[in-house]
Amino acid sequence: MNPLQRIGARTLAPPIEVAGFGLGLALGVLRRLPQIPRRLRTTLDQMYLCGVKTLLVVLFVGFFIGMILALQLGYELARYGQQEAVGFAVAVAMVREMAPVMTAVVLAASVASAMAAELGTMKVQEEITALDVMSVDVCGYLVFPRVIGMTLMAPILTNLASIVGILGGAVIAQTQLGLDFSGYMRNAMESLSDNSFFGLPRGVYCSQIKALIFGFTIAVVGCASGLQAQNGASGVGNSTRAAVRNSIILIIVLNFFLGKLVYT
Amino acid sequence: MIRFENVHKTFGQQHVLRGVDFSVDKGKSLVIMGPSGSGKSVIIKHLIGLLHPDQGSVHILGKDVASLDQAGLQQLRKDMGYLFQHSALINWLSVFDNIALPLRETTSMSKNSIEAKVMEVLGLVKMEDARHKFPSQISGGMQKRVGLARALVTEPSIILYDEPEAGLDPEMSASVSHMMRRLKEEYGMTSVTVTHSVNCALTVADTLAVFEHGRFLISGPPTEVLNSDHTRVREFLGAPID
Ligand SMILES: Nc1ncnc2c1ncn2[C@@H]1O[C@H](COP(=O)(O)OP(=O)(O)OP(=O)(O)O)[C@@H](O)[C@H]1O
Ligand SMILES: [Mg+2]
Repeated sequence: MNPLQRIGARTLAPPIEVAGFGLGLALGVLRRLPQIPRRLRTTLDQMYLCGVKTLLVVLFVGFFIGMILALQLGYELARYGQQEAVGFAVAVAMVREMAPVMTAVVLAASVASAMAAELGTMKVQEEITALDVMSVDVCGYLVFPRVIGMTLMAPILTNLASIVGILGGAVIAQTQLGLDFSGYMRNAMESLSDNSFFGLPRGVYCSQIKALIFGFTIAVVGCASGLQAQNGASGVGNSTRAAVRNSIILIIVLNFFLGKLVYT
Repeated sequence: MIRFENVHKTFGQQHVLRGVDFSVDKGKSLVIMGPSGSGKSVIIKHLIGLLHPDQGSVHILGKDVASLDQAGLQQLRKDMGYLFQHSALINWLSVFDNIALPLRETTSMSKNSIEAKVMEVLGLVKMEDARHKFPSQISGGMQKRVGLARALVTEPSIILYDEPEAGLDPEMSASVSHMMRRLKEEYGMTSVTVTHSVNCALTVADTLAVFEHGRFLISGPPTEVLNSDHTRVREFLGAPID
């Protein structure tokens, strides 16, 4: 190998390998969808783990994001005497962008990392090998419940984040911008009043699609990183880091394309 | 039943297997002894298709392991049990659930018959009392016995033991050796065992082989091997017990 080839092999090959493995895992999960009844209990367990345990963080972050949006947008709008529109602006930003993305980031940091660490530890302690040897379907037994659980939980958490975010905005609207609560809420709901898109407000539709796809992606990335862990404890550390980093990158990139898809 | 033909395996620069040949007939038991790090576990991993030879072939039940696809390999593995050197129990499942796992995931047995079967193998390894504990709550030797129970629960016709006696006290070690022998005699199980214990080898082996530097130095009936005048074999096994 000449030096150029070596650089190529070191920098390009590993991400392509990881991506290929992740795609394979994603397809594997989709192919196993008919197994849902059999995996219902473990899937519900995973929903509990990823939902209930991150709920407080999601609500907390969502509330602050809503306050931040109202504060910054409110002062700017006030310069043009348009502060009544702050409800509209907060609702649009929260529902379409901030709630899905921030929820996904919280899930990536707390759940994808945990999945990678858990499966990574199993991998380096030969537990995954043991499952293989016993002909237990690793994708069905370990990956499927995690991915489906997260995919179902992410939209629920995202909706909750949207709601507390709009409420957080209301607090600022009332205390800092001198708007009354009912006016703010009426204005916010206006942004969600177009039922043009398959009977749902387009904004909600956008947020649910994003949340579903983010949840699926984060869990697949978490599981894939874990299953590729190598070389003991430090390998588990590397795979955990890779899981968080890669899922955040994917969230941001997918967010752009999904937004474009729904709004063009 | 098991046939290893001129198998070579290299990891990086390290030539671990250098032309290994052996075969094990149905209902027979091969015991492999050899220094630590010589490649005994690597041999076992070739048998169950976790590693594939660089050169040569491994045949199990008439099938070339390297040529099998995923489904074929799974089918073959259903006939095989593997006791891992480091037990490899699933750490978030209780002892009971660990043993029940292969039955729940790969068979359509009813809940009751799974429970009966699991309790039966737990009885064999004398671990009934610990069935609700988790792997981290039991000792290494106990984990080993649970691993053994898990390997037996699917009633395989071939079983691979990687250091079954490691971490067990002398009494438990003898009892495991006797159990291995009983499985062979009563159920006709074929086995390949890696061990560091001469007693275990004497109890279990039909054929004993000593492995070093990538090859078998000697193989034959255990008493013959223990009394051989091959210097390196005598050195490694120590003076035979008269
Ligand atoms: N997957 C692998 N990648 C690289 N090297 C390996 C791999 N598996 C085993 N080896 C090397 O092969 C050699 C033999 O390993 P093996 O685990 O078979 O030893 P062993 O004979 O079972 O020893 P012990 O009695 O201590 O268990 C070791 O030097 C090890 O470093
Ligand atoms: Mg070994």
